[in-house]
Amino acid sequence: MPEATFLDATELVINMGPQHPSTHGVLRVILKLDGEKVNGTECVIGYLHRGVEKIGENRTYQQFAPYVDRMDYVAAVSNGLGYCLAVEKLLNIEAPPRAQAVRVILTELNRIASHLLWLGTHALDIGAITPVFYCLREREEVLKIFENYCGARLTTHAFRIGGLQYETYDGFEEEVKKFCDWFIPKVDEYEELLTNNRIWVGRLKGVGVLSASECKEYGVTGPVLRAAGVAWDLRKAQPYSGYEQYEFDIPTAENGDTYDRYSVRMEEMRQSTRILRQAVDRIPSGPIMGKVPKVVKPPVGEAYVSIEAPKGELGYFIVSDNSTQPYRLRVRPPSFVNLQALDCMVRGGLVADVVAIIGTLDIVLGEVDR
Amino acid sequence: MADEQKPEGSPAPPPAGGEAASQAEKPVAAAKPAVPKPAAAAHAAPPKPPAVMVTTPWDSDITQFLKERFAGDITEFSTYLGQSFLVAKPDAVIPILDTLKLELDFDYLVDVTAVDYPKRPERFDLVYILYSFARNERIRVKTMIADGYTPPTAVTVHLAANWLEREVFDMFGIQFAGHPDMRRILLPEEWQGYPLRKEYGILQQDDAWVRENMGIESGQ
Repeated sequence: MPEATFLDATELVINMGPQHPSTHGVLRVILKLDGEKVNGTECVIGYLHRGVEKIGENRTYQQFAPYVDRMDYVAAVSNGLGYCLAVEKLLNIEAPPRAQAVRVILTELNRIASHLLWLGTHALDIGAITPVFYCLREREEVLKIFENYCGARLTTHAFRIGGLQYETYDGFEEEVKKFCDWFIPKVDEYEELLTNNRIWVGRLKGVGVLSASECKEYGVTGPVLRAAGVAWDLRKAQPYSGYEQYEFDIPTAENGDTYDRYSVRMEEMRQSTRILRQAVDRIPSGPIMGKVPKVVKPPVGEAYVSIEAPKGELGYFIVSDNSTQPYRLRVRPPSFVNLQALDCMVRGGLVADVVAIIGTLDIVLGEVDR
Repeated sequence: MADEQKPEGSPAPPPAGGEAASQAEKPVAAAKPAVPKPAAAAHAAPPKPPAVMVTTPWDSDITQFLKERFAGDITEFSTYLGQSFLVAKPDAVIPILDTLKLELDFDYLVDVTAVDYPKRPERFDLVYILYSFARNERIRVKTMIADGYTPPTAVTVHLAANWLEREVFDMFGIQFAGHPDMRRILLPEEWQGYPLRKEYGILQQDDAWVRENMGIESGQ
C-alpha cells in the first residue's frame, strides 16, 4: 500500500534547483515540507566551483586579477577593488588619490548596477514582471560607462595593483553626473511601482525575518545585516580608498524582514548616487598609477583586507612567501556566508516564500562556489 | 664570419675611430652583465633579509586579559601591517574563541581558513578571523596542527563556522571533531584528494580525468 505510506508521511521532501529559474544560478535546495510549511532545508552548492583559490596559487599577483571578476560577476569592480587593496596592503603601498577617487566612482556605479539586477530579478520572482525591464534599462547606462572606460561591461578588470591602467576618458565626469541626475527619478519610479503595492507588501512584510543577533551569529553582512538594524558598513567602519572624504548615510531598518531589505537596498542606491556626485566633483589631478615594481613580490607575511561589496563583507586573506605568486589566497565571499542563513530564514515559513528569501539574500552563485 | 665582417666592413672607412668605438663598446658590453647584477641585488636586497614575517609585538587590553586567562596556551601576540593576531595551542582555540565572544565582544566570526606548509611537522595553519562590532576591531586567531589532528569545531561558539569548516575540510582534509555535518561542501562527495594541499597538482588532476574518462593519455 504505497499510497497509504505516502499519505501518512507528514514530511515531503522536494528538490528545488539546480535548474530552477528562481535560484539565481545553480543553487539546489532540498526542502522538507509539511504541507506548505517548510520544516527544514539543505543547500547543495558547488556546481560552479572552479577552484579560484587554487588558481590563485598558480598565477602571479597580476595574472590573478582578472580571475576575481568571475566570482561575483555582477559586481566585478568590487571584487577587483578588494583584491587590489589586499595586494597593495601586502606591498605596503597605496594607490594615488586620483586613482582612489576613480575607484570609488566605478565601485559605486557597480553597486548601483548590482542592486538594480537584484531588484529586477527579485521582483520577477515575486511576480512583478515590469521592474526587471526598467532595471535592466538603467543598468545598461552603467555598463555603458564601464565599456567606455575599459572596454568591458561585466568582467571589467578595471583596476590594477597600485592604481589604474587607464586614464578616464573625455567626458567621463559629465557622463557620471548625467547618470546621477537621470537615475534618481528612476528609483522613485521603482518605488512607485513597488513600495506601496499591496501584493508586494503582502509578499514581503514579515517574511524571512533575521534578527541582528542571528545575523551576527551566522556572520551575515551587507544589506541583510543593516535591515536588521545594525548600522554597520565597512565604508564607514574601516574606510578604504578614501571613503572617509564622502558624506553618506548608512540606511537601516528595524524588522529584518524581506521588505526591510528591499527598502535598505533602495536607499543604498540613492546614497551611492550621493557619493558619486561628490566624488565626480573632486577627482584630484595627478598620476593614476602608483610606484609598483614590475614584478610584484610582497615580503613574507599575511594580510586580510575586506571591503563593503554590494552583497556584504568581501575579504581577501593572502599569505605571501616573497615569491611572485601568492602562497595562499583565500576569498571570504559574502554570498557564501549569507546563504548559510537561508535555513534559519525559511524554517517555519511557507514554501512560496523560499523564492522570496533566496531573492532577498542577493546571492551570486559564481561567488558562492568560486 | 659574416656577422663579424658586417660591423667591420661598415666602419672600415674610419678605421681608427671604428676600432676605438668597438673597443670602447666591448668593455661596456662586458661590463653590462656585471653592472645590472649589483643593481638588481641592491633592488632585491632590502626585502630579502626577512625570510619570515617581520612582526611587532601586540599589546593591548585584549592581550592583557587573554594572558591572564590562558597563560601558557597562547604562544604569540603579534601585529603585522597593523593587523593583530595571536597564536594558540590547538586545544585552547575554542575556549579562546568563546572568551573572545562572550567577554571581549568579538561576536562575528568572519572566516575560518587554513594554510598548508607541507614541510613543517605541524602541517597546517588554522586561521580564525574575528571582528568586534563594539570595538570595530579585527583580530586573527591562529593555531598550528599536524596532519590527521582533528581540531574541535567552532560551531559551538559561532554558527557561521558550519559551512566555513566544511569548506576547510573539503579543501584541506582537516576533520573537525563534533561538527554537526562534516561533509564536503563545494566538491562532490566522491572527489579524490584535497585540492588546496600543496601536493595536489592541477595538471595531474586533469591527466587523471582524461585517462579515466576518455581512455587516452592527455599528453600535457
